[in-house]
Amino acid sequence: MVSSTPPKPALETRGLTIRFGGHVAVDDVTCSFMPGTLTAIVGPNGAGKTTYFNLISGQLKASAGSVWVDGQDITGASASARTHKGLGRAFQLTNLFPQLTALENVRLAVQSRAGAGWSLLRTWNTRRDLIEKAESVLETVHLADKRHLSPKTLSHGDQRKLEVALLLALEPKIFMFDEPTAGMSVDEVPTVLELIQEIRERGDRTILLVEHKMDVVRSLADRIVVLHHGALVAEGDPAAVIASPIVQEAYLGIETTRPEAAHG
Amino acid sequence: MTLAMSSAAGTPPARNGILLGLLSADPPRSRVLSLLLVAILATLVATPFLIPGSQPIGTAAKICIFILLAASFDLLLGYTGIVSFAHTMFFGIGGYGIAIALNRLGATWTSVAIGLAAALALSAVLAFIIGLVSLRVRAIFFSMITLAVASAMLVLASQLSGFTGGEDGLSFQLPPELRPAFRVLADPVMGIAINGRLLAYYLILFVSLGMFLLLLRIVNSPFGRVLQAIRENEFRAEALGYRVVAYRIAASVIAALAATVAGALLALWLRYNGPDTTLSFSIMIDVLLMVVIGGMGTLYGSVIGATLFVLAQSYLQVLMGTVSGSLAAVPLLASITHPDRWLLWLGILFVTSVYAFPGGIVGRLRRE
Repeated sequence: MVSSTPPKPALETRGLTIRFGGHVAVDDVTCSFMPGTLTAIVGPNGAGKTTYFNLISGQLKASAGSVWVDGQDITGASASARTHKGLGRAFQLTNLFPQLTALENVRLAVQSRAGAGWSLLRTWNTRRDLIEKAESVLETVHLADKRHLSPKTLSHGDQRKLEVALLLALEPKIFMFDEPTAGMSVDEVPTVLELIQEIRERGDRTILLVEHKMDVVRSLADRIVVLHHGALVAEGDPAAVIASPIVQEAYLGIETTRPEAAHG
Repeated sequence: MTLAMSSAAGTPPARNGILLGLLSADPPRSRVLSLLLVAILATLVATPFLIPGSQPIGTAAKICIFILLAASFDLLLGYTGIVSFAHTMFFGIGGYGIAIALNRLGATWTSVAIGLAAALALSAVLAFIIGLVSLRVRAIFFSMITLAVASAMLVLASQLSGFTGGEDGLSFQLPPELRPAFRVLADPVMGIAINGRLLAYYLILFVSLGMFLLLLRIVNSPFGRVLQAIRENEFRAEALGYRVVAYRIAASVIAALAATVAGALLALWLRYNGPDTTLSFSIMIDVLLMVVIGGMGTLYGSVIGATLFVLAQSYLQVLMGTVSGSLAAVPLLASITHPDRWLLWLGILFVTSVYAFPGGIVGRLRRE
């Protein structure tokens, strides 16, 4: 959309599948994500959204299918290697370094981005640039005044913001947000949504967003992908997808055939 | 951050910076701890002149060596969060490297260099292979593998008697400069002969100190920070882009190398190495206790833990002998304070200290 050459997907999954025993959690999902777009991934609880994320970011190994970043097959790469390929992931359940300070949490992400982890003989604080970068990221998420607190003493909302800060510090090409506002108080939600909006407006980043709040999805997403029982059941323009019968059934729970999967 | 140690001594700010640099920006952060550390270092430096006799200097040398051994173990246990039972194996490899080389190749500095280099190479390769096969899986698997490999090495050292001296171990001569007969100065200083034995002591003291400061630098480097992140949440460390396996393997190789140096120093001091002096599992337990009692995840804990432990080992029996003697008239008390019961008392001391200071002595001191 920025240039006139045929756009190449920033991220692609081809026939991505994972089975846990007899249960197919993600079922043959083929989907591409174009650079500069924000795709919302929706679906009822248990639809496989987080599992799909885990397959893309490498926390789980696919039973079948492949993951491509910038036209390169990364299916065999480890989670850490995928991070260096530009895939950045924020987790749904807060997943931080509980005893380290907020600043150190972010500094570790900055340090990883700078590729400075294998420096053994200099003292960490001689890399002022990494500390300053971490401080500026904390400012972005309004946590600068809490930088010396550890996650275990932060409120749930602040932990969520710190989670987002770690992702920002990695400066990925592809941002993966897994329900970034879940459990946040109403007045904290706009901060995170504005951050996502800012990333989107830069135009060169690809964003994947798992989100339950339909108003958020409507206002932010360029496109919606619907997962149901692990399979991709619909994708396209937000308004059209939300209105489609399959989404009304699968997501909004009208005419549910499997009530256990539809609440939420 | 103010440095308690230098403010106590009234050091000007410029030297403060150098000191902080030596300590890799990781000062003791407790006035009492700083004073303890300065007292330990000063006593170790002055022992040969302060407390004449062969036992005190032997205890001091042992303290230096065990500080290094405990500190290197803390790099694994306290900083990276992995439990190895093979740490004394690397300690033993260092001891045998020196012993075999000096025993076979003659008492020269070349033999020392060859023995140490061979031991370091063997330790690095072993630590790398153990890490590679076991650190990919769960941490408990690593512990089991280290236990198995260490047991195998202990059996090997006892069985290959033609090479290692078996259960008897190996005695050897030191290079001339480290022998008691070698005189650095013709006249004694403060009544103490400046001989090769003294040189050997200061060699051990300064190599241990240098290695300790190097480990302190490593745990406070960007690399060391990654190790702590792995300890806290390995899953997230991996997701941030750190290859957890590679970092763990590197940490275990570094710890193994430092333990090898400690073993080499012990062999040089004792002019002997055998299964019981460096390889045994009871030393492994001692090192574990030193780290836990001193405080895991802080190298200063190893200094305090190792010093206390070696002192207790060396002098508890003496102390108990005095107590028991004075209680000779009281039947039960005399028998439970008998010097032969020293292990019981050591055990009670350690259970009490672990119970009273869950964060170790350093953790307790830093809270004040």
